[in-house]
Amino acid sequence: MDTNDSLRVASLWHSMHAISQQLSPTTGCSEIELLEADTFDLHIFQSLTGTKLFVVCKPGTQHMEALLKVVYELYTDYVLNNPFYETKIPIRCELFDINLTQAIQKDRVALLGR
Amino acid sequence: MIGVGKIKQYSNILEKPLSKGKQEVSLSAFTFLFSELVQYNQTRVDNIAELERRLEDAGYAVGARVLELLCHRDKGNRRETRLLGILSFVHSTVWKVLFGKVADSLEKGTEHEDEYMISEKDLLVNKFISIPRDMGTFNCGAFVAGIVRGVLDGAGFPAVVTAHFVPMEGLQRPRTTILIKFAEEVLQREARLG
Repeated sequence: MDTNDSLRVASLWHSMHAISQQLSPTTGCSEIELLEADTFDLHIFQSLTGTKLFVVCKPGTQHMEALLKVVYELYTDYVLNNPFYETKIPIRCELFDINLTQAIQKDRVALLGR
Repeated sequence: MIGVGKIKQYSNILEKPLSKGKQEVSLSAFTFLFSELVQYNQTRVDNIAELERRLEDAGYAVGARVLELLCHRDKGNRRETRLLGILSFVHSTVWKVLFGKVADSLEKGTEHEDEYMISEKDLLVNKFISIPRDMGTFNCGAFVAGIVRGVLDGAGFPAVVTAHFVPMEGLQRPRTTILIKFAEEVLQREARLG
């Protein structure tokens, strides 16, 4: 999936999110947190500023919320502190990529080790 | 109760004692400030060399002030006159005060007599910065190179200081090296002093 496709899918999600907020049958509902499908799970984390982080994983994977929080921390550290990053363009920061792969590896190892 | 815990107000700022003050600043606050400094200069220059020069000039101002402050606080107003003395001062005292730790290593250049190198595995100012591919060899450590140049210039050791990335095996990120090239007169003076 190239960057254009990701942008298209992300904007699709944004509209779905807004609609779901209005359609929710229970009161006091803020947003979609988890989408469960047959072949994948989609977890969403929304920060206080409205930035949304998605992770797509195999159905039934545990501890995705913790992973999303870690990724959010990495995002604030390595992307927002980078003077060469302009907002709203795809992220191309080396340090962010390195630390992101490390965090996911660590998570995977911790899952398998249990 | 009136009068308890009142801080003495100084009428003139020059009369205030030079206390040690708070030793620590939040890392996030500093990285934001530095990132903004880089972005500010980026919009006002035409090429990368100019950007490096501007960062270095900013560091130069810091270095001059750091030298004055440290000479007063830590060294009891003693002046360094020898090359190795001033280099070890920069390597340990200045680094300790600015970055909270001593620099990783201090080496003498093998090719030229007047070159010395201070290396750091992970320079604090570069900690969260990823240089985009099209910027080539630009290094935000130019700010730290400017600080070193300011300290050396103020102490009477004029030098040209630059920052370089040196790739090392076994390390994912390249090491940062501050290369110090002293002026001719410094070496002559050093030879005279024996």
